[in-house]
Amino acid sequence: MTDKTPTLRIENMTKRYGDKEVLKDASLSINKGELKVLIGPSGGGKSTFLQCINFLVKPDRGRIWLDGKEIIRARKKEIYEYRQKVGMIFQDFNLFDHLTALHNVKIALVRVKGMSRGEAKDRAILELDRVGLKSYMHQYPAELSGGQKQRVSIARALAMDPEIMLLDEPTSALDPELISEVLDVIKDVRSDGMTMIMSTHQIGFASEMADEFVFLEDGFIVETGPPEKILYKAQYARTREFCSKITELYGNSFS
Amino acid sequence: MEDLFFLQPEVVSTLVKGFFVSVKLIVPSAIFGCIIGVVVGALGVYGNSVIKKLASGYVLIFRGFPLVVQLFIWYFGLPYIGIYLSPFVAAVLGFSLCSGAYQSEYVRGAFLSVKTGQTMAAQALGFSRIKMVLFVTLPQAFRRALPGCGNEIIYLIKYSSLAYMITCIELTGEGKIIASDSFRYTETFMVIGAIYLLLTSVAAWLLHRLEYRLQLPGFEQYS
Repeated sequence: MTDKTPTLRIENMTKRYGDKEVLKDASLSINKGELKVLIGPSGGGKSTFLQCINFLVKPDRGRIWLDGKEIIRARKKEIYEYRQKVGMIFQDFNLFDHLTALHNVKIALVRVKGMSRGEAKDRAILELDRVGLKSYMHQYPAELSGGQKQRVSIARALAMDPEIMLLDEPTSALDPELISEVLDVIKDVRSDGMTMIMSTHQIGFASEMADEFVFLEDGFIVETGPPEKILYKAQYARTREFCSKITELYGNSFS
Repeated sequence: MEDLFFLQPEVVSTLVKGFFVSVKLIVPSAIFGCIIGVVVGALGVYGNSVIKKLASGYVLIFRGFPLVVQLFIWYFGLPYIGIYLSPFVAAVLGFSLCSGAYQSEYVRGAFLSVKTGQTMAAQALGFSRIKMVLFVTLPQAFRRALPGCGNEIIYLIKYSSLAYMITCIELTGEGKIIASDSFRYTETFMVIGAIYLLLTSVAAWLLHRLEYRLQLPGFEQYS
């Protein structure tokens, strides 16, 4: 990387709910085109971390820079603009139930970006085509499978031309046979050079694609490193224990 | 009714006059009631804590005071502070505010039934709060609230009969005049009742049509 300014830099992100500290001083920095994967047990703070990154959850403490520019949380307009540049994919898709696939992708282009309807429609069709769902554009979410819904939600995020995407366990709510269609789309987006932070239990898939694994437990970033190192030569016993369990469950690509 | 009392031109024209006054009361009250309901319901869900308290205070008062008492306050009470409303305006005001309080509770429930994930998704796309409500949650909440709101409109049609208490002579008021002039209470109020039944039936049919038209996959009301 010649460009020294990270695309996104997060410092000392902290969040507590009542007495429970769910995120403790999490820091992370990611360069353009990188994929960092958050792993760790459920309830370890992966979702909270991702949601704090685009302020869906308000962190108690922590600073964020996008392309070297700090995001000031008190300025609402700045937050709205920042969120347009940070695409988010949720575990349970969160499509807008009253809109067709086409309108799900289109609505933010028209209502947030202020694009004309025609232009937005063309762009939405392009993005739906990219995730292989052009022929489903007039279907409502209730008429789509889980995998299709998630692909629409990826198209919806991509249409906004984000600089970075956050993926919060994008395949965890899917039937096993639907997982690969979503992973294929993510792989495509990744090979187009999208910068991404993803939490997942799909360890095999993640280790093929990730530049770095970030192991998060009890709200704490225990250790980070290249996938092979975290999976097989982790420094901490807890990381090793988790990784051996999860590779056993979900398989891995190195063996 | 062998003497065809209810076919006499003056009786018919009185009833028709009352009927149209009733319709003129009901239609704007229903519309204002729905608007107030949507606004107050939305504020009760998405407002900050002060606004939420104000919204629930409004509901508490306008749902808690008997409607007749509210009408008396608007018509007989306001002149004491120098505000004079015509009987018609006082009635529409009273009906709208009362209906709005009930509507807002149906709407609030419907807003709460929209999955929080969708509001998160909207925010993540850069929607401001107001745009999120207008374009994401309201279209869904409206569909879910429709059966309840329709119920309230049907109810409004019937409580519009209280307007004559503040001298806005609508269908019931005219009926009372006919009845006391002719001493035919039973027949008169049977006819009046049937006209209200007709009104509520038409309203129910229209509301059904609307529900049907707004039906989407995932929002089915009819199987």
